[in-house]
Amino acid sequence: MSTPLLEMRNISIHFGGIKAVDDVSIDVMPGEVVGLLGHNGAGKSTLIKILSGAYKKDAGEIFVDGQKVEINSPIDARAHNIETIYQTLALSDNLDAASNLFLGREITTRFGLVDDTAMEAESRKIMARLNPNFQRFSEPVRSLSGGQRQSVAIARAVYFNARILIMDEPTAALGVHETAMVADLIKELKAQGLGIFLISHDTREMMDLCDRVSVMKNGQLIGTERVEDVTEDDILSMIIMGKNPKKAA
Amino acid sequence: MSGGLGKLIRTLQIDTRLLGMIGAFIVISLVFHVATGGTFLTPRNLFTLTLQTASVAVMATGMVFVIVTRNIDLSIGSMLGIIGMLMGVIQVQILPDFLGFGNPAIWVITVVIGLLLGAAIGAFQGWLIGYLVIPSFIVTLGGLLIWRGGAWWVSKGTTISPLDPNFVMLGGASGTIGVTASWVLAIVGSILTVVFLINTRRKHISHDFAVKPLWAEYALGAILVAAICGITAIMNAYLVPTRILQRRFAAEGLEMPEGYTEAYGFPISVLIVLFVTIAMTVVAKKTRFGRYIFAMGGNPDAAELSGINTRMLTVKVFALMGALTAIAAVIASARLGSAGSSLGELDELRVIAAAVIGGTALAGGVGTIYGAILGALIMQALVSGMGMVGVDSPLQNMIVGGVLILAVWIDIIYRRKTGDA
Repeated sequence: MSTPLLEMRNISIHFGGIKAVDDVSIDVMPGEVVGLLGHNGAGKSTLIKILSGAYKKDAGEIFVDGQKVEINSPIDARAHNIETIYQTLALSDNLDAASNLFLGREITTRFGLVDDTAMEAESRKIMARLNPNFQRFSEPVRSLSGGQRQSVAIARAVYFNARILIMDEPTAALGVHETAMVADLIKELKAQGLGIFLISHDTREMMDLCDRVSVMKNGQLIGTERVEDVTEDDILSMIIMGKNPKKAA
Repeated sequence: MSGGLGKLIRTLQIDTRLLGMIGAFIVISLVFHVATGGTFLTPRNLFTLTLQTASVAVMATGMVFVIVTRNIDLSIGSMLGIIGMLMGVIQVQILPDFLGFGNPAIWVITVVIGLLLGAAIGAFQGWLIGYLVIPSFIVTLGGLLIWRGGAWWVSKGTTISPLDPNFVMLGGASGTIGVTASWVLAIVGSILTVVFLINTRRKHISHDFAVKPLWAEYALGAILVAAICGITAIMNAYLVPTRILQRRFAAEGLEMPEGYTEAYGFPISVLIVLFVTIAMTVVAKKTRFGRYIFAMGGNPDAAELSGINTRMLTVKVFALMGALTAIAAVIASARLGSAGSSLGELDELRVIAAAVIGGTALAGGVGTIYGAILGALIMQALVSGMGMVGVDSPLQNMIVGGVLILAVWIDIIYRRKTGDA
């Protein structure tokens, strides 16, 4: 077996007395989509926020290409080409698309001033690929539709040559057409060799998009299975009962 | 907005809020002009108005950043007081002993110390807010009491005067640059404005962005150049009273030539405001620091997740507010030629009102520098106008309070109509 693109090994974090993530290990290969499933509060988002640098783990190790790395901030995560699309999208509503896309990584002129024109030009290029209908570049993102806001968040993650992409409920707020667009994008990025962690409540969607699924409950990992080895009912029982039917059998 | 005028404004891409505020200023001015029997819109009064606005305007630009990051600073009036007081002590009681009275280094050293002091006080308050997570309202309310108390403690209630003669020129009343220099400045400013417009257009064309029709660019350029020259002409139209000129000639043992006149031109304090306005606008629109301030105001969590250190940003914003307060302290004490322990009292409220009238949203994320400057000007126009008409001071405060509430209400309606927050 080759080296995983990214591996999180024996990760734990607790808030006060509650173990939000308890000794969980997951990994992703290049060109693979790994789904994270579980109830609200199962620890999926917390686990992913450790990877994106928003939370600091209490225990465990993270490996990129087999090399141990320290991720203590969003900047560290970005330095390892780990990009995240948050469930809340994490956009500044008062800024326009380009300002959000480049937030924290602005293009600057030779005088060190932010170059809005260049950033808008780059935003237009990537948007032409992701969402050709997107035209509202100079308006604050607050005035955009859910789908348009989502494209801004996705563009931000994709633009900077992500190798590992974390998508937390990327389709939760979208219509049917936009959901299909995101699914196509995930397949395209997968074909380009990115490793993707996908969080969703939609088991059917996960069975369709993912290569493997990891199920969490109460902060613990119940199991990781290849989607072709399990049925949707198996997954549901893992989520609800917290038991791995294959292991029980 | 509909009809031909609305279309014109959209084509020129002029902010309607800016137009509204300029309109409000003009209406207020005209009303007082009529009510005072024609003394409000005179070069002399407008000159005085800009002098009176200067210190509040400088602080209002900093308050925009503070409020945009969802904070407030109630301590600036008191900070102005203690910084003004300490600068007074330094330039009157300490430095002349070493450098000799009237040494030109005195004002430089005094101002530098003042700026450092302001930035340090601001940074300390910002640290309490950013890193110890004490609400800014509380920290700066404490600051309001502490620094005012400090000013009294340093001065024991006395007023320090007269201040260093060079320092006093920064206040504007006795420090103006004259007619020729004012026109040179106006011409340089006009050229820079036109160059800026041309550059922006070129850049947009090079990236294939939509640009305004050429006539709109010409119109905008003409309006801006006319505004610059118009303001300069007003400043250059205020003549130095003949008695003062006679005295000046007499002091040099000369006879004043018959029919000799001289105008003031731009006061130094107004040039400071101009410089601060331009610098703060560049910071707001064109630097990462400014971009992060607005990003944090719009969504603090998103800013954090983008790798922005919002705690440090808070410290920097308050440090900048402190430094601007120090500049305001220079202007305010220099204008009066003295530093009293009540200098700057209630200024925090004037400054917050100016920023809010100028369209800064207390919910954070929204605000402009030019808005705050115009807000300060509108407030001062109201106060001086009422003073000239003879409105009693308690009634003045009541009216200003009512106007503040009214302005914010209009702003809320405006935002709702434009869908702009």
